[in-house]
Amino acid sequence: MTWSEMQPLLSQACWDTLYMVGWSTVIAVVGGLPLGVLLVLTDRGGLLQNVVANKVIGQVVNVARSMPFIILMVALMGFTRSITGTTIGREAAIVPLAIGAIPFFARLVETAVREVDGGLVEAVQSMGGNTWTIVRKVLVPESLPSLIASTTTTIVALIGYSAMAGTVGAGGLGDIAIRYGYQRFETQLMWITVAILAVVISLIQFAGDFAARSLHSRGGKAGPAPKLRLLKAATADTKTV
Amino acid sequence: MSVPASPYVTVLPRAHPFLSYQGTPTPAYELDSDGIPVITTSGLTKVYRSRGREVTALDGVDLHVREGEVYGVIGQSGAGKSSLIRCVNLLERPTAGTVTVAGRDLTALAGRGPRAGKELREARSRIGMVFQHFNLLSSRTVQDNIELPLEILGKSGKERSRKALELLDLVGLADKAKAYPAQLSGGQKQRVGIARALAGDPKVLLSDEATSALDPETTRSILQLLRDLNRQLGLTVLLITHEMDVVKSICDSAALMENGRIVESGTVSELLATPGSELATALFPVGGEATGADRTVVDVTFHGEAATQPVISQLSRTYNIDISILGAAIDTVGGLQVGRMRIELPGRYEDNVVPIGFLREQGLQIDVVDEPVLVKEGAK
Repeated sequence: MTWSEMQPLLSQACWDTLYMVGWSTVIAVVGGLPLGVLLVLTDRGGLLQNVVANKVIGQVVNVARSMPFIILMVALMGFTRSITGTTIGREAAIVPLAIGAIPFFARLVETAVREVDGGLVEAVQSMGGNTWTIVRKVLVPESLPSLIASTTTTIVALIGYSAMAGTVGAGGLGDIAIRYGYQRFETQLMWITVAILAVVISLIQFAGDFAARSLHSRGGKAGPAPKLRLLKAATADTKTV
Repeated sequence: MSVPASPYVTVLPRAHPFLSYQGTPTPAYELDSDGIPVITTSGLTKVYRSRGREVTALDGVDLHVREGEVYGVIGQSGAGKSSLIRCVNLLERPTAGTVTVAGRDLTALAGRGPRAGKELREARSRIGMVFQHFNLLSSRTVQDNIELPLEILGKSGKERSRKALELLDLVGLADKAKAYPAQLSGGQKQRVGIARALAGDPKVLLSDEATSALDPETTRSILQLLRDLNRQLGLTVLLITHEMDVVKSICDSAALMENGRIVESGTVSELLATPGSELATALFPVGGEATGADRTVVDVTFHGEAATQPVISQLSRTYNIDISILGAAIDTVGGLQVGRMRIELPGRYEDNVVPIGFLREQGLQIDVVDEPVLVKEGAK
């Protein structure tokens, strides 16, 4: 295969992957964030303690998380059709990708939100804040660096899942690698695909880490202060890496 | 600095030495010994249940904090202090008993469910609270932290920032408005915590070990700030601590907690006048051991008029006995001058009943350090 033959294939595949991963990430965050927060709030000793609800949500999340993606995709076909009107193509792949990523992200959110110091919650309660205020002004902003890191992890996992989306004709980089690289022995194309995936994942990871770190080290950075504090801030930065 | 608009804040700058504020002076708040109780708990009981085990943290606590006083609750960890202060604004639901703050029965507002209803939240917003570990939001600047209670109260952005800057000025951190908590020292963080607690114009300030995470010098400056706020505004302060020095330096009244009960309580002068008061002894210790077995050790506490009489030389002349002084100190406790002396009389307690009676007649407070205690101390 020549480069001129490969080039349109690859650019279409890149676009397909980004499209699927982008939309399913948005849906996963929108769905997973409240679910993760709810898992913390309904837990024993939580602000909305509800053991039954907590167990039910926890169980659903666990089952959905442990389901292999390719099976989830097949199992959800009826549901997918009812939403997108088809079970084939990019849009059809977004539904199972998002459904698979919501519980994944929810668990990560749960862990991140649990890390927030209970004293902060107590402080806002003592000011007369209600649960919604605590979620909005404490739990989410205080866990934001971790939430960003969780989003990065979710995106990377979704890129992995999206490799299987080829089975429903959704295309994408993983599909190219399997159909051309594996089934047609186009080794060169396969390696290029692998390289592109590696670069994309690295870029996403780097951007995510950078965003999380710059939020996290807020305050670690010294303002108009003597050099010594700048030095300290620099070492603090490297610690958070 | 421009003249602050809120009447509450106008008195604040005078409490702060860094500010030169010209305004009409208001008289310092005078503590009325029969003042109106602003915090009252009666029969407050808190039982924690976990895995079938029951732990009684509070066991029928009756607390009366009068308006405008600094009230210290002291006790070791596990005595129930934290539960007590958290029950006052119902962060912890008491198992039984009532809490009244500024005339409102908070336990009645609480409702049945575990969640705080609107009325209780509103009542809480008028009770400031300061924490041991400051509990500042790391994602917000100092100014935004102070604005948080005002956001909850639904104040406009302009009003919030004006109030926050005034409060920052008051606590001496006007230049740190845009800093993040991680950039501040412990003492500065606690000043922000205090400013934040004052944002809702509270009548009552609860202090949960506010100085326990600070070094001695910073502790002093934070206590001074609390004292100034109390004096200038008549802000009632209920604080819990395990440090006797905190009680000694700023409290008008104190209570000693042990195993979920209040063992002793009263104004500092009442406590010092109570024979055998553990709190008084701890507030004002005098050292010195008996030099022999057949000696009687007596603690003499002077306060008020008794301090001016030459009682020791009178005692020596009247009964012709030799008195040794083992230890003595004069100190200011809660703004009162108090002297305490530990003296030793020859002979056992039985031989000294008459001289001790003489000392009591002089209006002094006498505590005989009796032998069983000495034996116990010797055994350690």
